[in-house]
Formats: sequence, structure tokens, C-alpha cells
Amino acid sequence: MAIISTAGLARTFRTKRGPVEAVRGIDLTVAPGEILGFLGPNGAGKTTTLRMLTTLLPPTGGAATVAGCDLVRDPAGVREKCGYVAQSGGVDPNISVREELVTQGRLYRLTKAQAAARAEELASELGLDGLLDRKCAALSGGQRRRLDIAMALTHRPALLFLDEPTTGLDPAGRADLWDLVRSLRDRHGTTVFLTTHYLDEADALADRLVVVDHGTVVAQGTPAALKERYAGSATASLQETFLAITGRGPAPVDTTPVAV
Amino acid sequence: MLLHDTAIVFGRYARQTLSSKFQILFGLLMPLLYLFFFGPLLTGLPLGSEGSSWQVLVPGLLLQLGLFGASFCGFGIIVEKTYGVVDRMRVTPVSRLALLLGRVLRDALLFAFQSVLLVLAALVMGLRAPLAGIVVGFLFVGVLSMSLASLSYALGMKANTPAEFGPVINALTMPAMLLSGLMLPMALAPGWLDVLSHFVPLRYLVDAVRAAYVGDFASTQMLYGTLAALALSAVSVTIGTRLFARSGA
Repeated sequence: MAIISTAGLARTFRTKRGPVEAVRGIDLTVAPGEILGFLGPNGAGKTTTLRMLTTLLPPTGGAATVAGCDLVRDPAGVREKCGYVAQSGGVDPNISVREELVTQGRLYRLTKAQAAARAEELASELGLDGLLDRKCAALSGGQRRRLDIAMALTHRPALLFLDEPTTGLDPAGRADLWDLVRSLRDRHGTTVFLTTHYLDEADALADRLVVVDHGTVVAQGTPAALKERYAGSATASLQETFLAITGRGPAPVDTTPVAV
Repeated sequence: MLLHDTAIVFGRYARQTLSSKFQILFGLLMPLLYLFFFGPLLTGLPLGSEGSSWQVLVPGLLLQLGLFGASFCGFGIIVEKTYGVVDRMRVTPVSRLALLLGRVLRDALLFAFQSVLLVLAALVMGLRAPLAGIVVGFLFVGVLSMSLASLSYALGMKANTPAEFGPVINALTMPAMLLSGLMLPMALAPGWLDVLSHFVPLRYLVDAVRAAYVGDFASTQMLYGTLAALALSAVSVTIGTRLFARSGA
């Protein structure tokens, strides 16, 4: 059974200039344990789709089931089973790592003792040992990203949404994060729904890619199958494939370092 | 569950506030300046109200503290949005109401605490008022703070930058301050201004606290003030929660 299943999922924004269809109808399924790369040019509807799937934005059309819960009728159920890491992160730089992790545990209804223990456990698992009593502002970009992911894993979600997780990281930090994502899937069976502007990242990490443009899915398949079909060879670059599918390059990479 | 969730959100923000003495004390600056440098000018003047000039001025300063402090709370949530903290909390199972109430309760408690410090300073300056009246004043500051902070957070969720948010708040708070008789009672105003001020809910709260400060607890001012405070808080928290939950910001 799919962990994400959407049918005609849509979102129209009302603006002064009239309605804007940011997402016209997304149909996709994601299997448990899959790493799915969700790609598209700027304005394709990636972020809006992600915000709908994480319950941050109610859809205006279509239907979706996420982690066994109806997105519209049971958003609380979706929240209990999913983790989300936003591109901007999710921690206050002026608060300690421990305070943020413990509060996050409490928000997921752990007792004080359970939340404190889970904070220690996550710090150890994600290589944040010894940093628990530092302010978040004192962490490096890579450590900060690991903390963001630790926060999203507090309640051991079956499904993790990552929005541009390596933006602003140096190559070593990116490679480190790729290993982490793979190990989450391999060790815990976590399903990962990943948006990224880095095509090499999508190529290296994702089992399957979904390409969206103008608010709909325009292509999907394994990286090799997409290359074969759209660029004529399984050894073509994903850049060529992406260009062939959308007629445009991926959105420019924002290299702004993660705020510290 | 709502109480549990609210307590957790409140705890996080209360600990954050306690770690910043600057935040605790800075909000007191403006009312203290009025108390020290404006209050003495009123001594002995006919203010069209019962009691001493301090019994007229201090209730106004208390509500001024709530008005300006709480109205600007939304700045904090704009900053939190840029850090991603708001979205992080909104994808947890915690109710939207708890996310708002936890913050708002922290603010109400902070402004109530600042009010205590302000009254202590006023006692040194010469204020004399019944203890029950002083306590009633703190309650009104708490309710006003909760109401305005709820609206401010809701507006902060809608605004993208502090530059969008600040002018709107200024445009709302300045007329509210001038038309509610915070500094001087509206009894001194010409008829048209007095009539106009009755359309500002804050005026009823100011009149009620002034009545409490002279021990007039069974007055119509007290009744209208209580009703206005309850209505204001019900409407504000309802609007605040709806906007807070709906906002896709």
C-alpha cells in the first residue's frame, strides 16, 4: 500500500489579479521505504505541493492519503506520522540544541523524561554529541541541518519530507547528509520525499523521480528510465533529461549559507 | 489536551523570556518616562475625575503598557517564521489554539509583571489606591494583552516582513491611545471627541480601571469595562486562532 497517494491534488490562490492555479492536479504514489525526488523548475508547484502534503496548506481540489490518513479529514493524523524539514530549517538560533529537541519531543506528547532521553538519543544518532548545550547559532551549517533532521525524527516518523535539505552546504556537508538520508531508509525503513534543485543529488539519492511543471506531473520514473526515455540513453546526464522534459533548466541553486 | 499543549508552548516561550532581562525590562521604559516626567505636571490640576492625579494617570499608563507591548508581539512571530520555527510547530500534532495561547499567555504574564513594577514605582511617586483596585488593574492589563497579542500574532502570520507589519500597528495603536483617554480622562474632551471615543473599546477599559483605583467597584464604568474586556478577548482570540490556523505563510 502506498504511503503517499494523491489524485488531482490542486491548490488555487486567490489574488488581486484573479485566481492563480499554483498546483493544477498532482497524481502520484510513493511506496513505503522509497526515496522520491520531487523536481521541477521555479514556479512549477513543488513547494505548494509539499506544503499541502505536510498539512501546512489546505488543498482546494483533489484528494490525498498520507501515511494512511486522509489529508483533509485527518490532518492531525498526518502530522503524527510525518516529519518535515523546511528549507529555512526550524530552530531558533538563540535557544540551546537541548531545549529545542526536548520541546519538540514535548510537542509530540512525550513526557519530560522521555523527551530528554530522546534528545540524547537523537544527538548521538545524528552526530550532535557534545553540542546539546550550545546555542543553535553556534552550530555549523552541516550541524544545523542535522539538528533540523533530528527535530523531524523526534517521533520516529514513517515518512520524512525534506525541502532542499542541502542548500547552502559545502560539498562535504552535502555528502554527509546524503549518507544520513540513505541510512534513515536502510536502517529504519523511513520513506523520504525530497525536493532539490541539485540534479546530481536527485540522481545520487532518489530511487524514483517525479518531475512537475505548470502544476502537474510531467514525467516520473527511475533516474535511468527517465534518462533513457527523454535523453535517449541511460548514461545521459540528468541535466539533459530535465531540459528535455521541461524545456527549461532547474531553478537556480540558492547558495545562501544556512543562517547561523 | 489543549491545556497540556498550551502549557508546553507557554513553557518554551516563558523560558526564552526569562533568559532575556532586556526583554523583561525594556517594555517598561515608555510608561516609566511618562510616570516620572509627565506625572508630576498633573499634580493638583482639575482632571475631571475622582481621586488624585496619580489615580488618573497610573491606570492609563498600565493600559498603555498593554496596548503598545501586546500590539507589537507580532514582530516576534515574523522573525520566527524566517527561522522556520512556526512551520516546524504547525506540523506537530499540537492544536493551533495551543500554539497561539501559549505565546499569548506568556505575553499576558510578562505585561502583568511589568505592571507590578510600574505600580511599585508609582507608589514611590505618590500613588495611593485600594489594593483590590490595583489587582483589578492587573487583570485588565492581562486581558487587554491577551486580546491584542492574539490579533498581533494573527497579523504577524499574514505579514511577510517587519516593514509591512510596523506601519499597520502604528496606524492602529496611536488613534487607540489618543481616543481612549489613556493620558487624560475624556471628561476633559469637547463633546464630539468624547462621543468619538465611545467607539473605541479601550476607552471602557481605561474608565473601569480608573474607577477601580478609586474603589468604585459597583459603577457603570466597571460594568461596561468588564463587558468590553470580555467581548474584546473573545473576538480577538477567535479571530487570532482562525487566522493563525489558516495562514499559509
